[in-house]
Amino acid sequence: MPEPQEAKSSALLDKAREEIRDLVQDLKKPQETQLWKSIFRVKHDRTEPRTRALGVLANVFLHLHPARINRDAVRYSYTWGMGGISFYLFLVLTFTGVLLMFYYHPTKVQAFRDILYLEHDVPFGKLLRNMHRWAAHLMVIGVWLHMFRVVLTGSYKKPREFNWCVGVILLVLTLLLSFTGYLLPDDQLGFWAVTVGTNMARATPLLGHEGPLGPELGMTPFNDVRFALLGGSIVDANALLRAYIWHCIAIPLIAATFMGVHFWRVRKDGGISGPSPVMLESEMKPVRKLR
Amino acid sequence: MDWAQVWEIVSLPDNIPIVAIAVLVPFYTWYAARQARATDRLIAQLEADPQMAKTHHRKIHPFRPGWARELPVWPYLLRIEFLAALVVTLILMVWSITLNAPLEEPANPNHTMNPSKAPWYFVGLQEMLVYFDPWFAGVVLPTLIIVGLMVFPYVDTNPLGTGYYTIRQRRVALAGFGIGFFIWLALVFIGTFVRGPGWMWFWPGQTWDHTRVVYEVNRNLPDLFGITNAWLQAILGIIAIAVFYAGSAWGIHKLVTRSELDRKIYERTSLTQYVVFQFFAITILVGLPAKMLLRLLFRIKYVLVTPWLNV
Repeated sequence: MPEPQEAKSSALLDKAREEIRDLVQDLKKPQETQLWKSIFRVKHDRTEPRTRALGVLANVFLHLHPARINRDAVRYSYTWGMGGISFYLFLVLTFTGVLLMFYYHPTKVQAFRDILYLEHDVPFGKLLRNMHRWAAHLMVIGVWLHMFRVVLTGSYKKPREFNWCVGVILLVLTLLLSFTGYLLPDDQLGFWAVTVGTNMARATPLLGHEGPLGPELGMTPFNDVRFALLGGSIVDANALLRAYIWHCIAIPLIAATFMGVHFWRVRKDGGISGPSPVMLESEMKPVRKLR
Repeated sequence: MDWAQVWEIVSLPDNIPIVAIAVLVPFYTWYAARQARATDRLIAQLEADPQMAKTHHRKIHPFRPGWARELPVWPYLLRIEFLAALVVTLILMVWSITLNAPLEEPANPNHTMNPSKAPWYFVGLQEMLVYFDPWFAGVVLPTLIIVGLMVFPYVDTNPLGTGYYTIRQRRVALAGFGIGFFIWLALVFIGTFVRGPGWMWFWPGQTWDHTRVVYEVNRNLPDLFGITNAWLQAILGIIAIAVFYAGSAWGIHKLVTRSELDRKIYERTSLTQYVVFQFFAITILVGLPAKMLLRLLFRIKYVLVTPWLNV
């Protein structure tokens, strides 16, 4: 009985054809597929304001943004984009830094050789190290200019005082990140820079063995705050390991936490501070006591 | 003029960021000042014409009644952020391909570098070591600078000037921060471009001479008066510092209550806020440059001399 067999196979063929037609249809309009909808959750319709807003609000990477902002707030002349650029550079530094970690051992025997290896043998190793170094310098400049802009536009004022303080802490953390990274190549430049830098810690009042009232409190080169920083009385293997751990793990985590607070507070304090309408001297209200 | 020496310092890879700052900071200062002047003109117009103040949209940017006040973030903000990321990546790529990160000989504790300098953003601190002892320049002063920055918003009681560039409404705050920023940059520039072997003063273009000897002898303030008794030295130092603080406080007070607006802002300031402001303004904005000048021009090392600490 060959007939049913034939019918069965042609039905299967028809089904396959139909599914291929559907697949072509799906490829032409990927937004209609189950796969697409499962990833992006909401419909992305460019013409409809509501779904456009949802495109921002329903995206985990963009949800720190509001859906709509003041038309003048997107002007580069106002913000200079320095906060965003600093954050972007932090991401670049994290990415290049993780790649560098694959090739680097924080030990006195290997650290310097690893840098030579990176520079001469690792594919794009030199570019990687250069990018990490220059992005770090750029980030310090970016953070300074961001701070400069915030001062010039009076954006640190009520209700943003606390976020300014978080920003000052982030500035300090940026400098510390850069400083701890300086020692890691284990060359003369980093060694002496860190020696000069940490020698100041000797003179910490009360806590350093050369600081005012330090010796009176029993501080010696082997138990003072500099010893705690270096893990020894000179810049050596322990200092290298400590700098490495502060640089790659501790400070990035602390900084990321403060960044989370910083960005969150930008939104909670009413979004970007301007450009806002000017207030006139004649409109100053008398002081009200805040309790 | 030793141009080779100048080039050697300027072209040092780790000094390139300072050269960049020398361009970027003036540019952005000009960029901000231009907008501030436009805003100040608008403020003057609005103050003079109350009727206009009621109807004007009060920004230097154009606005017409039919225009939407708000924009969707996607695409109008996100495209700028994307472009900024692209431009930064491009700059970083070109910089990284054309200029190599510095790498010197392996670390060697037996071979001291001369001059051995901190990374450029800490060179300012290192330069302060010339003017103060390490416990003050390296620990107390940086702490005061950080705390001073943090209290800035809490002592600035001026309700005007939030969210726009202006000079006339915020003269005191801008001058305060501007002076601080300028001192910091000046310290970085001196530390980088002027200090040579032995941390001696070499003018830009002067050849670094490793065998140079400086014959100047530093003096302490009590030495000028021939005082050798430790008690009298300490008392003289305390009096000198007290006179300095009182004089500076008086001068700063005159400056911050000059205009009518400044007096109005002063009235809104509580005593605690004002004392905190004065303390940081005198210590960092006046005291630091004053001590620098004493040292550089009059070779005075310490003002206050005691057996335990010297300032």
